[in-house]
Amino acid sequence: MTTSVAPPLALRPRPQVCRACGALHAPAPIAVCEQCLGPLDPVFDAERVTPTRDAIAARPWSLWRYREWLPFDGEPVLSLDTGGTPLVEAPRLAARLGVARVWVKNDAVSHPSLSFKDRVVATAINAAAAFGLDTIGCASTGNLANAVAAQAARAGLKAWIFIPEDLETAKIVGTAVYGARLVRVRGHYDDVNRLCAQVADLFGWGIVNVNLRGYYGEGSKTFAFEIAEQLGWRLPTAVVAPMAGGSLVTKLRKGFREFAAAGLVSGGAPRIFGAQASGCAPIVQLVRENADVLTPVVPQTIARSIAIGNPADGLFAKSAILESGGWAAAVSDAELVAGIRLLAEEAGIFTETAGGVTVAAALALAAEGRFSPDDEVVLCITGNGLKTIDAVASVLPVAPLIAPRVAEVRALVKAAES
Amino acid sequence: MSVTLQLPAVLAKLADGQRSLEVQGSTLGDVVADVAARFPGLAPRLRDAAGKPYPFVTFYVNDDDARLQGGFAASVRDGDEIIVVPAIAGG
Repeated sequence: MTTSVAPPLALRPRPQVCRACGALHAPAPIAVCEQCLGPLDPVFDAERVTPTRDAIAARPWSLWRYREWLPFDGEPVLSLDTGGTPLVEAPRLAARLGVARVWVKNDAVSHPSLSFKDRVVATAINAAAAFGLDTIGCASTGNLANAVAAQAARAGLKAWIFIPEDLETAKIVGTAVYGARLVRVRGHYDDVNRLCAQVADLFGWGIVNVNLRGYYGEGSKTFAFEIAEQLGWRLPTAVVAPMAGGSLVTKLRKGFREFAAAGLVSGGAPRIFGAQASGCAPIVQLVRENADVLTPVVPQTIARSIAIGNPADGLFAKSAILESGGWAAAVSDAELVAGIRLLAEEAGIFTETAGGVTVAAALALAAEGRFSPDDEVVLCITGNGLKTIDAVASVLPVAPLIAPRVAEVRALVKAAES
Repeated sequence: MSVTLQLPAVLAKLADGQRSLEVQGSTLGDVVADVAARFPGLAPRLRDAAGKPYPFVTFYVNDDDARLQGGFAASVRDGDEIIVVPAIAGG
């Protein structure tokens, strides 16, 4: 069981409102509406003063430079240096996609745990601190586990982390090393998620993607804010992002719209494109059939970080995609591996399986004619390839082994040139 | 025949504070109808006005998502455990 610690006086989480029925809830570590069980989202003070471009640009290069759009009043106290990842132009990928320009938003180098989950944990852990919780946790497919473990360790909070039994070794080691209580659960992510919903209900911990979910999800918007600022305060015409629970695509759309409403950016709202592995593509199915009911699936893909067969934000993701004028695509495991290699070879960025899905889906969408020659596309790369090396190791050429003789190098060079 | 229904805290308030209920029925829909009759305040939280499940409320029969077993038509047997979970997801 948890104990409470004295919360920082300066930080106050915002109230939340039900996305389904509109009921208002006081700030609390809850994510479900007491009236209808719908999801809760933080509400912002419409009268708050928002900063200008220059004021934002003068702040430290972290996600907190956009704090007026994050779900708190007052100053954050933890994880102050997360965010601020590179936006890398990739002209050879633009040629492949048949579009004007392509950039890679590279959260593969996110601080501290090399995935975009650092962003959502940065906001969730501040909510936990504000609520006086001394224990945080998560249900995770790996990247979130790494982010919670790392940020809890730095903050001096206890962490209980629940993962499916078959995760990649790098993600298990990259969680356990921080001293977190790591628990492997028999079954898929959806089994872990259901268990964590019960754990959050019974133990009173701050499970970041369960009862702190409203505060957690808002951190994703900073991915969109940074893209806009890094493009020179303008918006791309299209964005391609991986989908697991479906939250990221909804928060990208929300983030772009909030910056447009604040008068900070030029350009119309980008078309949002979602990517999944064909072995776990319930949201792609929703989009392509414009269905009203999500059909859960049992995941069968090597893209474990996005293998969520029962994505609760699936319907919201579908709406965000279709309302933006976007679309969705699913790709095979072989295609996603090719996507990892393509991004590495054409942009110098090594991503994990989810990033391979994003790149391969962008190619599939281009082949379907979903992009135009004047499109400016951002690919959202959310995780690091060093965490899923098994996915590509077997398809890469074996390095030749030679004696330390120049003649042998000459022979290799000659063979490479022929 | 008796089945156990586990409620989250947010719903237990509407069942006289009980987190665990002994319920009757041979399908999930029967069980929900039984609970709805005994705790009228709980009824609109478990199913909509047409008697259909909500997208935000997931039922698990012995740890398996009921939507993969026919939804409210899923059969339940003596000794089964049903868990009600507000839908949430992460990654």
